[in-house]
Amino acid sequence: MKNYLNCETTIWSWLSTKDHKRIGVMFLVSVTLFLLVGGVFALILRLEHLTPGPTLVSPNMYNQLFTLHGVVMVWLFLIPAIPAGFGNFFLPIMLGAKDVAFPRLNLASLYIFWIGAILTIYGVLDRAADTGWTFYPPYSSQTYTKATPVLLGVFVLGWSTIITGVNFITTIHTLRAKGMRFMDMPLFAWALYGVSIIQILGTPVLGIILLMVVMDHSFDWGLFDPARGGDPLIYQHLFWFYSHPAVYIMILPPMGVVSEIVTSMAHKNPLSYKAIAYSTFGIAFVGFLTWGHHMFTSGMSELNAGIFGILSMGVAVFSAIKVFTWTGTLYRGSVWIRTPLVYIFAFLFLFIFGGMTGVAVAATSLDVHWHDTYFVVAHFHFIMVGASLTAFLAALHYWWPKITGKMYFEGWGVAGAILVFLGFVGTFFPQFLLGNAGMPRRYYHYSEQFQALNVLSTAGSWVLALGLLLVLVTLIWSLVAGEKAPANPWNSRSYEWMTPSPPPKENFPETPRFVRGPYDYHLPLEPP
Amino acid sequence: MNLAVPKLQHHFEDLPKQAHAARLGMWLFLASEALFFSGLFTLYAAYRAHYPEIFREGVAHNDLVLGTVNTFILLTGSLFLSLALWALRAARRALSVLLTAATGLAGLVYLIIKATEWAHHMAEGIFPGGRGRFFVENPEPAWAIFYTSYYGLTGFHAIHVTVGVGILAWTAWWMHRERVGPAAAYKLAIVGLYWHFVDIVWLFLWPLFYLLRNPA
Ligand SMILES: [Cu+2]
Repeated sequence: MKNYLNCETTIWSWLSTKDHKRIGVMFLVSVTLFLLVGGVFALILRLEHLTPGPTLVSPNMYNQLFTLHGVVMVWLFLIPAIPAGFGNFFLPIMLGAKDVAFPRLNLASLYIFWIGAILTIYGVLDRAADTGWTFYPPYSSQTYTKATPVLLGVFVLGWSTIITGVNFITTIHTLRAKGMRFMDMPLFAWALYGVSIIQILGTPVLGIILLMVVMDHSFDWGLFDPARGGDPLIYQHLFWFYSHPAVYIMILPPMGVVSEIVTSMAHKNPLSYKAIAYSTFGIAFVGFLTWGHHMFTSGMSELNAGIFGILSMGVAVFSAIKVFTWTGTLYRGSVWIRTPLVYIFAFLFLFIFGGMTGVAVAATSLDVHWHDTYFVVAHFHFIMVGASLTAFLAALHYWWPKITGKMYFEGWGVAGAILVFLGFVGTFFPQFLLGNAGMPRRYYHYSEQFQALNVLSTAGSWVLALGLLLVLVTLIWSLVAGEKAPANPWNSRSYEWMTPSPPPKENFPETPRFVRGPYDYHLPLEPP
Repeated sequence: MNLAVPKLQHHFEDLPKQAHAARLGMWLFLASEALFFSGLFTLYAAYRAHYPEIFREGVAHNDLVLGTVNTFILLTGSLFLSLALWALRAARRALSVLLTAATGLAGLVYLIIKATEWAHHMAEGIFPGGRGRFFVENPEPAWAIFYTSYYGLTGFHAIHVTVGVGILAWTAWWMHRERVGPAAAYKLAIVGLYWHFVDIVWLFLWPLFYLLRNPA
């Protein structure tokens, strides 16, 4: 049967496609590639810390490696992975639409992403930037390394993000199937709506501020140079005005994934659809008002610090609403424990752990102790890797049959999930202890007493790498040897499972009529 | 006469939906643009709070007449564009093409006057980054900060005007060539949204760089 994969097969048909599914697949392949690149950087970093002194790389290279690890992972993997990859593929299908609102712009966003990626990678190859992913001036405007291509690369990548956001919101408003109200949409669509708002309103502030650093670095404008009357704190405020909400760009789409997988695997309607949908906007809104918690030690009045601290803790309220709703959904459901759900269990554990330590660092007094130590590194890796990456892998397995038309290998899938979880905890849990004991982040050397925990962390990174490699190899092998996927392997009621696997070019064999909601598990599965 | 109707793309239900999507898309893009400029305005506000005196003197040093003339030129352009939309909806294409082109022309005049001002500054030895002999005579760092933000904000705005002039020229030519009718008016309206936005940004730059010159 003709589907979106075999209707045209030339390379040009992919490069010139306006099909949101193909664009989504190309995004997924690209971000997976960058996950590997950023992962290799991380492995070298961990290897360097096997011993307190020099182990493998020079001090300069160490600075460059942690910068590039951060830049690649944040802007080339975490931010685009779920929205631009799975979002592009599934949003129109979930709404019963044939495509996103602006298919040509959608293709443009992919090319802009590639251009930004090439610029960034160009800055990596020769005299790579050593500023840290936060690009703080005045250092970033004076470093001898190639900060400019990396900064411009991130600026360009921002445009790709903005276009995706504009496209998603417009799609949700104008292309819902006949009769589908907002409150009938699958929850993943709500997550994408929330993230699009942040992408549209946050990204431009980052773009303009990075452009100003480019001017400082390349044309010696001196806007953030205190020696010439500039104020680097303004940079920090504007940078975090974007980069804190950016955390929610990285976590809201995973939350959407969790909502889909939990309901599908529990075969039960969500405990509260509205709680999940509305708390998304709570997070998106409050998330814009918390950026100051990155600056408690850079000079800030006690009143400001107090307000920012309390608002930051407020985010935990909305996150907790979601966590309780998900666990409540699993309670007394007919739960199928399959690989995606195993990843979701890992997600819940790591997200709660990372979130609770987040509440702790939002308290000013504690933050002053933990600031710029490995405690903070461990905290945000629990959220970004522990939660975002596990949700990405969950989504990859959950939707693999739909995207590729092949089933992954269940046994290998579960094995990969367990390895990733153990490797992750092994890598990052010791870092909480290290940070609390006072080991600063971004230092090339560390003192002897930290070595045992560092060795543990490095060993953990190998288990994590092994797990990811296993996932990659078995998934690719399933393309060759996997069983053919049925239309609905999970007995899910969500709409993307009503069309064949893989879907036809127009998403549904005929214009879909959604007579029941996406979570109506009390109704029988009707024939597609 | 061929009052061409825009093509309905395969994924939209009908033309009004498609027009609605295009308008919404532009509004969202403008929200993003507004935040772009808000970053720059924050920079200006923070530095003005740091250096109120020199910022005030710097504003007084700018040419109030040229700045105000430019404000009137941009606003007149926006008026033309609104009339162009009215004309197209009333199926008076020739008039609409003319008014759209006039808007583009106004943008061009604006850019010429802006460039003249920059040329005046540079003749005085004022360059971005605090370079030039002006800053030898006025060595307080705040002067360099003021003029660097001046070049940054007006330059970034001028890039938007330039893009707008290009779009207006293309739109006028497209309306003429395709002999478009009222059904395509939504496309002109979207161009208008962008152009009016660029104007509104100037309505903030005008006070910040020309009007706020008197001691409090
Ligand atoms: Cu934050």
